[in-house]
Amino acid sequence: MAAPLAPQPPDPQFVLRGTQSAVNAVHFFGGTQAQGCPLLFSGSQSGLVHIWSLQTRRTVATLDGHGGQSVNWLQTLPQGPQLLSQGRDLQLCLWDLAEGRNTIMDSVHLESVGFCRSSILAEGQLHWMLAVPGKDSDEVQILEMPSKTSVCTLKPEADAKPGMPMCLRLWQANPGPRPLLLVGYEDGSVALWDISERKVCSRIACHGEPVMGFDFDSQKTRGISGSAGKALAVWSLDGQQALQVCHTHELTNPGIADVMIRPDRKILATAGWDHRIRIFHWRTMKPLAVLAFHSASVHCVAFAADGLLAAGSKDQRISIWSLYQRT
Amino acid sequence: MEPARSAVGLSIREAVHVLQSSEDGGRVLSALESLQRYLRGTAEPALPGEQEEFAAKHFAVVLRCLVGRLSPRWLQLSPGDRLEQLWDSFFLEGPADQAFLVLMEAIEGTAGPSFRLMKMAQLLARFLSEGRVAALMEEQCRPQMKPGFPLLQETLLSKVVSLPDHLGNHLQQDNLAQFFPQNYFPLLGEEAVQVLQSVVDSLRGGLHCSVSFVSRVLGKVCIQGRHKEILGRLVPQLTARTQGSCLWQRVCWRLVEQVPDRAMEAVLTGLVEATPGPEVLSRLLGNLVLKNKKAQFVMTRKLLFMQYRCTTPMLQSLLGYLAMDSQRRPFLIQALKELLETWGSSSAVRHTPLAQQRYVSMAVLICLAHLGEPELRDSREELLASMMAGVKCRLDSSLPAVRRLGMIVAEVISTRIHPEGPPLRFQYEDDELSREMLALATPRPVGDSPLEARSSSLDPVVAETPAETMEGSVPPAQLQGSDSELDSDDDFIPYDMSGDKELKSSKAPQYVRDCMEALTTFEDKDMERWEAALKALEGLVRRNPEATREVSVELARVLLHLEERTCVAGFEELRQRALVAVTVTDPAQVAEHLTSQFYALNYSLRQRMDILDVLTLAAQELSRPGRLGRSPQHSSVGPSTQCSPTLTASQSGSVMVPDWRVVVENRIRSKTRHFSKGSPWQEPAGGPNEFASVAGCFFFPLIHHFDRPLVTFDLLGDDQLVLGRLTHTLGALMYLAVNTTVAVRMGKALLEFVWALRFHVDTYVRRGLLSAVSSVLLSVPAERLLEDLPDELLETRSWLADVAEKDVDENCRELAVRALLLLERLRDRLLSLPS
Repeated sequence: MAAPLAPQPPDPQFVLRGTQSAVNAVHFFGGTQAQGCPLLFSGSQSGLVHIWSLQTRRTVATLDGHGGQSVNWLQTLPQGPQLLSQGRDLQLCLWDLAEGRNTIMDSVHLESVGFCRSSILAEGQLHWMLAVPGKDSDEVQILEMPSKTSVCTLKPEADAKPGMPMCLRLWQANPGPRPLLLVGYEDGSVALWDISERKVCSRIACHGEPVMGFDFDSQKTRGISGSAGKALAVWSLDGQQALQVCHTHELTNPGIADVMIRPDRKILATAGWDHRIRIFHWRTMKPLAVLAFHSASVHCVAFAADGLLAAGSKDQRISIWSLYQRT
Repeated sequence: MEPARSAVGLSIREAVHVLQSSEDGGRVLSALESLQRYLRGTAEPALPGEQEEFAAKHFAVVLRCLVGRLSPRWLQLSPGDRLEQLWDSFFLEGPADQAFLVLMEAIEGTAGPSFRLMKMAQLLARFLSEGRVAALMEEQCRPQMKPGFPLLQETLLSKVVSLPDHLGNHLQQDNLAQFFPQNYFPLLGEEAVQVLQSVVDSLRGGLHCSVSFVSRVLGKVCIQGRHKEILGRLVPQLTARTQGSCLWQRVCWRLVEQVPDRAMEAVLTGLVEATPGPEVLSRLLGNLVLKNKKAQFVMTRKLLFMQYRCTTPMLQSLLGYLAMDSQRRPFLIQALKELLETWGSSSAVRHTPLAQQRYVSMAVLICLAHLGEPELRDSREELLASMMAGVKCRLDSSLPAVRRLGMIVAEVISTRIHPEGPPLRFQYEDDELSREMLALATPRPVGDSPLEARSSSLDPVVAETPAETMEGSVPPAQLQGSDSELDSDDDFIPYDMSGDKELKSSKAPQYVRDCMEALTTFEDKDMERWEAALKALEGLVRRNPEATREVSVELARVLLHLEERTCVAGFEELRQRALVAVTVTDPAQVAEHLTSQFYALNYSLRQRMDILDVLTLAAQELSRPGRLGRSPQHSSVGPSTQCSPTLTASQSGSVMVPDWRVVVENRIRSKTRHFSKGSPWQEPAGGPNEFASVAGCFFFPLIHHFDRPLVTFDLLGDDQLVLGRLTHTLGALMYLAVNTTVAVRMGKALLEFVWALRFHVDTYVRRGLLSAVSSVLLSVPAERLLEDLPDELLETRSWLADVAEKDVDENCRELAVRALLLLERLRDRLLSLPS
């Protein structure tokens, strides 16, 4: 009965065009006073990383460091304007962007050619931890950075056969010193690894299809994952570090490429293979909006610190949305 | 005693003499006063013995004499209205029965409107309003010894009951409101309650009384059809008074028992209607059905099997009454068995009206609700057998309403008789009737009034709601507990998500042939393409008539055999519309194919009925005038484009580009000055009936083979549903062929068809036949009907008259009457034609 009263979904605030190939990764940077004008990084199928100014809505610079191979993960480090980009040329590059530079400071050679995105855990200013897909197809490798020393390799038990890791997330419980790693696997399960003990704390089967993306709310210790299948799964972590599925949410069309919870943990966005971005209320999982703007699969979504939403799609466009913003 | 009596007699004779002859006011007054002493309740009464003698022997004489003297002049004999008062008092205070009889007699004996008549009518009105009727009836309730008493009582009875008729007849326009039946009978009801009260009182006092006169009055009133008025007053009073009093209950039972057999049915029907529920009925009737054969017959057979006019509450009262006492329960079980037998008889299904079938079904359900497990177990086999027979013949019926009744009743019976077995479930749409019937079937504890039952059925709902709301409110509370934030973000209003549809990856085919290919594919991966093809087909066919014509028969065959392979929404409709489009595009070829397939082997009934539906719809579309709304314009541009492949282009072009004619006309209109404007006159679109040329292809192949049974298909046997559909289709085709040359031949063939099937047992078939007759009468020109088909018309007419009078189905009777009216009109038109 409320249906006729529901407002029409909004249009994007603006659209960034010009990557000339499918957009595989987007990442916001800055927006606070200290870091200068807000930027958006986008990684494309053609191996380029575009840096967009959100003020002028133009590219500021283009980084070409992956030899034409697709860039599928972008992440900035907390200690200043440094960007990590992961490409399918088996390189993970660390870019120095301070003071207008754009040079590769360092690079890590990867041993997996899959689509798995890496993850970092920045403990302090100097040392940080990097999780990357490992040499064997089901391995995850943990590196100490910037020394690039291998801490350990997390290999599931022989009889588990979870398939390839599809997405990674390093995190640390607030009172606990031990870093933890969440891995979404090819068989649709999500596992929690204790890195120091190198064992699986808990593993649950969330989906029937490979997990394509998840996000984890470390405060509520709840996470949400999307898969190639038709459902979103919300799972939580209890005090004994055991994962359990809270509930699943059925979608109209199958295939979720990426899931992201907004930093204020109010809403979350999913990137759908059905060309649509879906917005949900994070606490209740109530569907809030279905944004049908793109004309091809949406590959990635990202939220800025101020709540702005960016979505990159196979149709070579990046759409920027402002939804449910606190005014 | 003897001399005293004679003394009374003498004085009275003297007084009467004075009254009859004297014109002197004083003497008349004194004579009247002397007579008044003999009435009860006067200042200086006479001896009781003398009073009795006066009442028994002389009162009527005195009254007659008084009536005889009545005139304005006589009343003026003495000054003041003393004389009139005295005159009145004799009627109002003397023995009520005699006063009443004399009054009635006098009123009947007085002709025409006159002072006397009006005076007496007013007196009678006073008589009624002062409760003298109650006194009259009370008198009759006392034990009587007098000779000739039954005769007197009989007279009184008829006068009391027929008072409104007599008064109405005599007073005509001057009738008083008190004598109207709607006022009189309620009054009589009140008076009866008074009488019963005094009977109860005297029984308490140890006196013997009989209520038979009241029973007879009640019976007679009910026979006259005034049960609503009298019982409307009587029943509430009795309900209240029998509440706590055994004596009242006994009086009440006696009252109903004493009703003559002749009137028993009327009284019982009235009582069942007037009582609010089975408890009250049980209180008022007691075990009447055990004591009185007639009552038993009425209650257990007549009201259930021979009539169907009781409303549902009445049925509930009736059957609830039977269920309320252990001695009466055998009747209920017997009634259920017989009801189910009736319900299960195939002849009853065919030959009784729907309303009665519904009535019997409801009665069955109510019986079931009242009967307990053990009682049902004893006669389980019998009940089951009747039910199975009933379900079978009901599900065979071609009327949806009958089928549904069968489903509902069968579900309920099976759950009651076989509570342990798997429940029987049918698919039927939930509507008011089904809900009502299912509600009837829910058993309620015996001795529960409907009101109590309602409140108790409400109770669990009331109890559930708080629990539910609490459950509903718990999860958010828990979430809030774990979530330190306030839920201030609950004001996120969702956007409209109606556009969130499933994404279709494959493109719809662009050509008719592609569609056909996609539809005939059997690979599962192409299901999306199959769906898209099905959805696109109708549009493609309509846009590309030429391409369709090349493959029309093939396409129709594909569509006819198409099975629902995925859960496409509206599959049946899509398929039907595509088939209709193909048929309309190439009527002759496709109709020939479809009609030949109708009688072919190896089709399901569903497919055969689809064929009929498609033929009807296609014929309807073809015959619609102005179907090709643009065709006149195009023909003026150039007839050659009409049939060329460019037709589609020009048609689609005309949609987008405004037609040049319109543009020119607009321009002319804007440049032209009109001195006066007539009403805009629109010429109705005219065009040839396209159905005319192909009507034969649709019609004759269908009608020719109906009587040749195949192995898989026997129209005249089991497949009467299809036959019914066929008759309707033929009727529709006939109707659509109006104004065509082939209509006469079609009409002849159709009338023969109707004649062959006119006594078909299935209602649906008969309805089809009747509507077919109507369409013949509408479509075939009147002259041709009379010239070519006079014998058929006469035969049909007599058949129609028969149906209109005797058919069990209301719809059939109505259709027959319509057809007869059409015949009448035909005849009138022919008669009015100048010869």
